[in-house]
Amino acid sequence: MNHTTHFAFFDEGSKREIRRAILKAVAIPGYQVPFASREMPIARGWGTGGLQLTLSLVGLNDTLKVIDQGADDSVNAVSIKALVGASTGIAMTDQTSQATLIQSRHRIPEVPLTENQILVLQVPMPEPLRPIEASEQVTKRLHAEKEYSGAYLSLFEDILRYGTMAAGADHPVMVEGRYVMAPSPIPRFDNPKLDKNPALILLGAGREKKIYAVPPYTQVKSLDFEDHPFRVEDFGGAHCSLCGTQGVFLDELYDPTTGRTWHQCNDTSFCGRNAP
Amino acid sequence: MIQQQAGALLKVRNLTKRFGDGCPQCLEGLGTGNDAEEGPLHHNYCPICGTVHALRDISLDLWPGEILGIVGESGSGKSTLMRCLYFDQEATEGEFFLDPFDGGKANVLKVSAQARRAIRHTLLGMVYQNPVMGLRMNYSAVANIAEKLIAAGSRNVGTMTARASELLDQVNIPLRRMGESPSRFSGGMQQRVQIAKALSNRPPLLLLDEITTGLDLSVQAKVLDLVRQLQADLGIGMLVVSHDLGVIRMLADRTLVMLNGRVVESGLTDQILEDPQDPYTQDLVHSLL
Ligand SMILES: Nc1ncnc2c1ncn2[C@@H]1O[C@H](COP(=O)(O)OP(=O)(O)OP(=O)(O)O)[C@@H](O)[C@H]1O
Ligand SMILES: [Mg+2]
Ligand SMILES: [Zn+2]
Repeated sequence: MNHTTHFAFFDEGSKREIRRAILKAVAIPGYQVPFASREMPIARGWGTGGLQLTLSLVGLNDTLKVIDQGADDSVNAVSIKALVGASTGIAMTDQTSQATLIQSRHRIPEVPLTENQILVLQVPMPEPLRPIEASEQVTKRLHAEKEYSGAYLSLFEDILRYGTMAAGADHPVMVEGRYVMAPSPIPRFDNPKLDKNPALILLGAGREKKIYAVPPYTQVKSLDFEDHPFRVEDFGGAHCSLCGTQGVFLDELYDPTTGRTWHQCNDTSFCGRNAP
Repeated sequence: MIQQQAGALLKVRNLTKRFGDGCPQCLEGLGTGNDAEEGPLHHNYCPICGTVHALRDISLDLWPGEILGIVGESGSGKSTLMRCLYFDQEATEGEFFLDPFDGGKANVLKVSAQARRAIRHTLLGMVYQNPVMGLRMNYSAVANIAEKLIAAGSRNVGTMTARASELLDQVNIPLRRMGESPSRFSGGMQQRVQIAKALSNRPPLLLLDEITTGLDLSVQAKVLDLVRQLQADLGIGMLVVSHDLGVIRMLADRTLVMLNGRVVESGLTDQILEDPQDPYTQDLVHSLL
C-alpha cells in the first residue's frame, strides 16, 4: 500500500478540496463544514480528520509537532509523524515554539501559540447538540436559527445531578457570539486558550466528515449560567513533581502499593524535566 | 358569542394544511358541503393525486381566559391544527394572529423562524396526547421544565430550579420525585409534568391535545380538575382537543366540531350538545348519549 508518489500522501485535487472546506470554515467561525473525508491508513481511534487537515496544509518549509493527550511520543503520535514524514520529508519537533503546524488530540499546548502557527485538533464528535438531538437535519436547523437551549439543558442536568458542570472534556463554547461548537475533548483547562488565540485553530472530524475553525483572535466563550460560571479544573495548588510548575494542566498519578498520589505536567514537552 | 371590547387572544383565519401538492381536481373541486363524499375527496383524501387535506379553511377566535373545545372523530385534523398553531408543522395557507404579539396585527405564520420560536416559548404552552412528544423521558422532571425556561432566555440555575419545583408542586408531583425522569412516572404524572412545562413561562394560551386519552378514569378526572383549576386561578385561554364529548362538556365554554379537516359546527357547548344542527354532530352526540 504505497501511494506516496504524491507529496503529503494525497493528490493535489484532494488537498485542494479539503483546503476549500477549510477556507469556508475560516470564513464562518464555529460552523461545521461538510467535506469528503477519505480513507486513511491509520487506526480509526486516532481519527483521520486531523490528519487530513495536516496533509492538506503541510508544505516543504513546515515543522510538524504531533501530540496525543499531551505526549509527543505516544504510539499514535509517532505513527502520524512517520506517515507525514515519509510522504513529505519535513522536519519534526517536540518543541511547541518551533512548530509551524501542530496536530493534537485532546490538548492545546501549554506554550502560548503565535500568529505563525496552525493548530489542528482531532475531533471524534463535532456536533455539540447531538446528545440532545439525534437528527442531523434538526441540528442543522437549530444552528441556523441559533437555537441552543439544548446545549444549556445538558449543562443544567449535569449541575442538577452532580452539583457542577461535570462534563469535563469537550465543554461546549460559543464562537464569536454566533455558533455553539464542540471544542473536541480538550480539558476545560484548555477552553480559555481558544479565546482570541493568535494562531489559526482547525478542527477535523473524519468519521463525521466535518471541518470547522476558530480563526486567529476569534472570541470564544464557554457556555455557563449566571450562578454557575464556567470554571477550569482545579488542582488545589498542586505542582508537577518533576519540574515544580503550577498553573498548568496536571495528570494525577497514584501508586497503589504505597497509596501515594502525585502530579506531573500533562504536556510532556512543556515539562521542565524535558527542558532542552 | 358576546364579544368583549378587548381583542381576541387568538384569531385563526382560513388555516389550511395539505400533505401533498394537490391537483386541479381536488384544489378547485372542493365543495362546501359537509358530507364525506364531496368533490373528488374521499373524506380528506384525494384519490387522484394522493394529497391529504388535513385542514381546510379553519377559522376561529379565542378570547382571553376562554376554553374552546375542539371535538371530532379520529383523522378529522384536531392534532394537525394544534401542531400548526405550535409551529411543529408548517401550515400550507392561512393566517394566525396572537394579541400579545405585535398587538395581534402580524400573521405569525409569516414571521421569522426566530420570532416563531420566541412566540412558541413565551406565548404558547402545549400538552401532547403522547407524552413522548412533549417530554425528554431520560432527563429529570425539573430539567424538562427548565428546557422551556432556557428557551425563553433564562440562564440562572437557581431561579429555574425554584420555578420548576413550584410548578411541579402545583401539578402535585411530590418534591422527592422531581429529580427523577418522566420515564419512571405513571401516565397521569407524565401528563401533569407536561402541563407544568407548558405553564412554565406563564403563557396566555395553552394547547391541550387529548390530554386524558389512555388514562384510567380516576386519573382522567384528576387531570381535568387540574385543568379547570388552572383556568380559574390563572385565567389562561385554552384550546382543548378531544374526541370525548364528556371532556368537552366539562371544560369548554364554546366548541367547534371538526370533520374531514373542516369545522362543521360551532357554538356554545351546551347548545351543541343539546340541539346539534349539523347531521354529523347529531350522530356524534346521539352516539355518546
Ligand atoms: N405527516 C402526515 N402525512 C400525511 N398525512 C398525515 C400526516 N399527519 C397527519 N396526516 C393525516 O391528516 C389527517 C388528520 O390527522 P390528525 O392527526 O390531525 O387527526 P386527529 O383529529 O388528531 O385524529 P385522532 O383523534 O386520531 O388523534 C389524517 O387523515 C392523518 O392521516
Ligand atoms: Mg390527534
Ligand atoms: Zn388531488
